[in-house]
Amino acid sequence: MNKLTELVADQVRKDELPNFKAGDRIRVHVRVIEGDKERIQPFEGDVIAIKASGMGRTFTMRKVTSGVGVERIFPFNSPKIAKIELLREGKVRRAKLYYLRKLSGKAARIKDKNQR
Amino acid sequence: MPGLLGKKLGMTSIYVGDRVVPVTVVEAGPCKVVDVKTKDKDGYEAVQLGYGSKKEKNVNKPMLGHFRKNNVEPAAVLREFKGFDLAEVKAGDTLTVEVFEIGEMVSVSSNSKGKGFQGVMRRHGFGGVGGTTHGQSNRLRAPGSIGQSSDPSRVLKGTRMAGRMGGKRVTTKGLRIIRIDPDKNILMIKGAIPGSINSIVEIKK
Repeated sequence: MNKLTELVADQVRKDELPNFKAGDRIRVHVRVIEGDKERIQPFEGDVIAIKASGMGRTFTMRKVTSGVGVERIFPFNSPKIAKIELLREGKVRRAKLYYLRKLSGKAARIKDKNQR
Repeated sequence: MPGLLGKKLGMTSIYVGDRVVPVTVVEAGPCKVVDVKTKDKDGYEAVQLGYGSKKEKNVNKPMLGHFRKNNVEPAAVLREFKGFDLAEVKAGDTLTVEVFEIGEMVSVSSNSKGKGFQGVMRRHGFGGVGGTTHGQSNRLRAPGSIGQSSDPSRVLKGTRMAGRMGGKRVTTKGLRIIRIDPDKNILMIKGAIPGSINSIVEIKK
């Protein structure tokens, strides 16, 4: 298995992505291809889960737009991710924040880690 | 079909463009040409490839003579491949993953994983027998009828039944080579190939 894991480690992207965790607010710049044009579309939201490892590693983001919860799952290694900005570090006590789905309004906020 | 011997390392997924492709990683070659079979000498044409290495003390004398004859290090596995251009290869040559090209279609043969004693549904794709209503019970995965009545009064040979499954030579055709790494002797082949991790596989064009 060693040679395979080594090989996978080679494939995994090691570039500029910031080190974010569940609870953080990030902005993902997604490359969108329309026809033969490419543009960048930002997606801003809270990270609610990071799953798996290696090539299949993904993160789940959630935001609420006009009262509707929107979740998107991105693979870390996707070439469609142009850039990720870390906007705010959240203070949370678990790794998977699926409980946020049941909450709305003020209850669904995540505390800022750097605020007292 | 020229080909190469290799070892299955496992599966992963890689990005080609912005699409995820499931690949099997195979460490293929370098293979030594141990013998070239010709029409005059052997009655058929083939190239015998050796893969891996074996200590000389573990090779029996007839085999050692076979290796010595062509000045090749003893190989762990020997397989014959047809379809090589015999004018181009000669005994003692080393073949690497460079015999393949990216995008090329290959077929891969290997011993499949043993599945043990399996029923007819898994082994032969039978549908099972009906439902569980009308008083029927415990027949869900049964094979159903296995033949006729007093004529012929026996079960026909070759009737598909439960039994040992897997552990047989399986060939998967029409697989595409996605990536080649000549430095590490690595082939990445799209999709699954037969065999368990570390099993010896034959890759043929």
